[in-house]
Amino acid sequence: MANKITQTTLKNGMKVMLKEIHTAPIISSWVWYRVGSRDEPTGKTGISHWTEHMQFKGTKQFPASMLDKAISREGGRWNASTSHDSTRYFETMPADKIDLALRLESDRMQNSLFDAKEVASERTVIISEREGHENEPMFRVSEAVQQTAFHVHPYHHEIIGDMADLRTITRDDLYDHYRKYYVPNNAVLSMAGDFDTKSMLKRIKELFEPIPKGKVPPRLIRPEPEPKGEVRLSVEGPGETTFIQVAYRFPNATDPDYIPLQVFDSLLAGASGLSYKTSRLYRALVDKEFAVDVSGWSEATIDPYLYRITITKHPKRQPEEVLAALDKEITKLQDVLVSSSEITRAVKQARAVFAYGSENITNQAFWMGYVEMFSSYEWFTDYLNKLAKVTPADVRRVARKYFQPSSRVIGTYVPKGKEA
Amino acid sequence: MAKLIAKPSLPGPEDIFRTVLPNGITVLARSNFNSPSVSMGGYLPAGAIFESDEKLGLADFVSSSLMRGTQTRDFDGIYNALESVGASMGFDSGVHNANFGGRSLVEDLPLLLKLLSESLKTPIFPKDEIEKLRAQILTGLALREQDTSDMAAMAFDRTLFAGHPYSRPSDGFVETIKAITRRDMQNFHRAHYGPKGMVIAIVGAIEPKKAFEAVNRVLGGWQVPCQVDAPALPPHKPVRKTVRKHHSIAGKSQSDLVIGMIGPSRKDPEYFSASLGNAVLGQFGMMGRIGNVVREKSGLAYYASSSLSAGIGPGSWEVHAGVNPKNLKKAIDLIEKELRRFVKSGVTKNELADCQANYVGRLPLSFESNSGVAGALLSIERYNLGADYFLRYVDLVRGVTRDDVLATAKKYIDPDRLVIATAGP
Repeated sequence: MANKITQTTLKNGMKVMLKEIHTAPIISSWVWYRVGSRDEPTGKTGISHWTEHMQFKGTKQFPASMLDKAISREGGRWNASTSHDSTRYFETMPADKIDLALRLESDRMQNSLFDAKEVASERTVIISEREGHENEPMFRVSEAVQQTAFHVHPYHHEIIGDMADLRTITRDDLYDHYRKYYVPNNAVLSMAGDFDTKSMLKRIKELFEPIPKGKVPPRLIRPEPEPKGEVRLSVEGPGETTFIQVAYRFPNATDPDYIPLQVFDSLLAGASGLSYKTSRLYRALVDKEFAVDVSGWSEATIDPYLYRITITKHPKRQPEEVLAALDKEITKLQDVLVSSSEITRAVKQARAVFAYGSENITNQAFWMGYVEMFSSYEWFTDYLNKLAKVTPADVRRVARKYFQPSSRVIGTYVPKGKEA
Repeated sequence: MAKLIAKPSLPGPEDIFRTVLPNGITVLARSNFNSPSVSMGGYLPAGAIFESDEKLGLADFVSSSLMRGTQTRDFDGIYNALESVGASMGFDSGVHNANFGGRSLVEDLPLLLKLLSESLKTPIFPKDEIEKLRAQILTGLALREQDTSDMAAMAFDRTLFAGHPYSRPSDGFVETIKAITRRDMQNFHRAHYGPKGMVIAIVGAIEPKKAFEAVNRVLGGWQVPCQVDAPALPPHKPVRKTVRKHHSIAGKSQSDLVIGMIGPSRKDPEYFSASLGNAVLGQFGMMGRIGNVVREKSGLAYYASSSLSAGIGPGSWEVHAGVNPKNLKKAIDLIEKELRRFVKSGVTKNELADCQANYVGRLPLSFESNSGVAGALLSIERYNLGADYFLRYVDLVRGVTRDDVLATAKKYIDPDRLVIATAGP
């Protein structure tokens, strides 16, 4: 992937990242805010995600009735999402139509209305979104695991928020949240596609630089104490299938251990974005019929978060047998050095996944802003090189350091129906 | 403001390579050297249409088993070859076809095609692997039983397409999956997997001619003289009055609903007016008129939209929503009201113009990735749209009038003959 990008900071503190790609007449533009569910105190959980919804409810210039049509009319694709650490909005448009997206984003950075009626109808929409999640056994167990893994740090709650708060958050709560965090010095604009950097930057300055700086509250930091031993929990619900989720405390994305852990993850659960049928867990759990499926997953976060292994238990096995088989595989990685060819393989896999990603302009604009939320663009450009330097001893060391039973939570979804 | 650079972004006769091998395989290819990767996809006529009610799920079971072991490699060997180079490949199947797809770095395309060829031609259906897969499929069916969206969709298809192959779920049922033997799978493979009717598309950092040669090398010699032709689709019986079906699933916090009727097939002349009409009804902006009344105005649902499912045979025109169980009736009433309005007065000039602009404007976005282009080439082939389809596309879209949309709406939608399927507590 070509790495030449232009990075600059506007006078009001807004960071801009631009990458010209002239392979198709398309531009993808993303605006990122450094606010997410981890910035929400108890009583206001879900407010970042709800604010994201309200950003589609209109400004004076782009009223709700017109807003949702303006981008679509020009053939654009747009959406938004909220994570633990950030909130992001994107538009991917025919190149000659991108100005509309920029005008819209600069307008809704400061002029969203948060009309009380819209807040009221969105409340039930979001409650409905949460009810949809609750239909899923995996959501139920995953939420319980997360709540148990974090007692102090605000990674404790789900991004969508607790039902109690979704019922009580007010219009003014939402508007305050918006005004506090949606300021240019708390935002990053990342854009990739078919444009000329100089003229694009000029236009971005015209639209965004007049927006006044704000006083951004410090991030909510309440470090989670070290885990004091394994915790096990269960949730019950309808169905016939047992799910087990095992979550280990995992370092933040800029921790030096994060990269060797990506190799560890690749060997244990498979390279992200590829099939994983030759991963150690697939061979040990699915091939040996302890599970019908297994996956491993981590997230690049600002503060230490979780590595989660999710297992769909085989009907003929007991949960304890499944956990023993899992532990055996982890212990192997802690006891026996992996071969350097396994690491070479993981690097080749990552290289392929990067190549697939570079086919897509939306994806390239995403990555620029995404890494900026927890690190800088170099994190992305150095990634493959750093991965290639990981040694077998590194893998063993991080396996020992992070994958101890004493620092994990095990959640089991116990189906109330008859097991198949 | 953005500097526009003229570039051949739309696939057309100039850059879509198409040839038919002597054994019947159609090869499609298009180059894209922007990334060192390549995407591969295709299909062959080995779908669920060939299977009996007693062995429902057989075609799907067979396609899922192709990579479980071949005469040359075992399951682990196949995936080791793929995953070691960061490549991927998979099979699935629908009513008409078995489908395949994969991607790799361009240097690994020969490997990808070799694995494709081995999986298609020489699967051995190893007994132990089949049993593992069967257990996985059965767990999948147990999860489907708990999924409000899946169960509402199944009840909908069963009712709308009663007596027609489209009424059956192609992943089968617990008892039919249990009834399938290894011999059934071998027989199915022998009768239906062959070069006749197979199509493969390759898009990425490779000259079309080289892509063609690579396919020809591994699949050009494939001959299956006894490959069975697909049976003709029977006619479907229209519903006489609105039918309501509910599938009960205890303990769920949300219900799903599907409301709909028969829609045009992909080749029907009304396809474009139906598609644009549907965009107004339940797609454009925040899920069109349906999204506006059910989500934006009433706050009843996180998702509420309509879609057109148009393929080889009769299509379906469906409205989907997920709502709190106590709001089910309210949501159904609102949707019925919108359907009546749609059939009575069609779409406004502005609504149609908006959707036409959206269809035209978004076209380049669908070719962002190699797999997007490969999918487009396969659609052109499957529905015989012509290599110049994307060059004519703007005219096809702009040619639709308000009268066309209204006439199409009246032809397909009768608000007194709906199928309403729901699943939830």
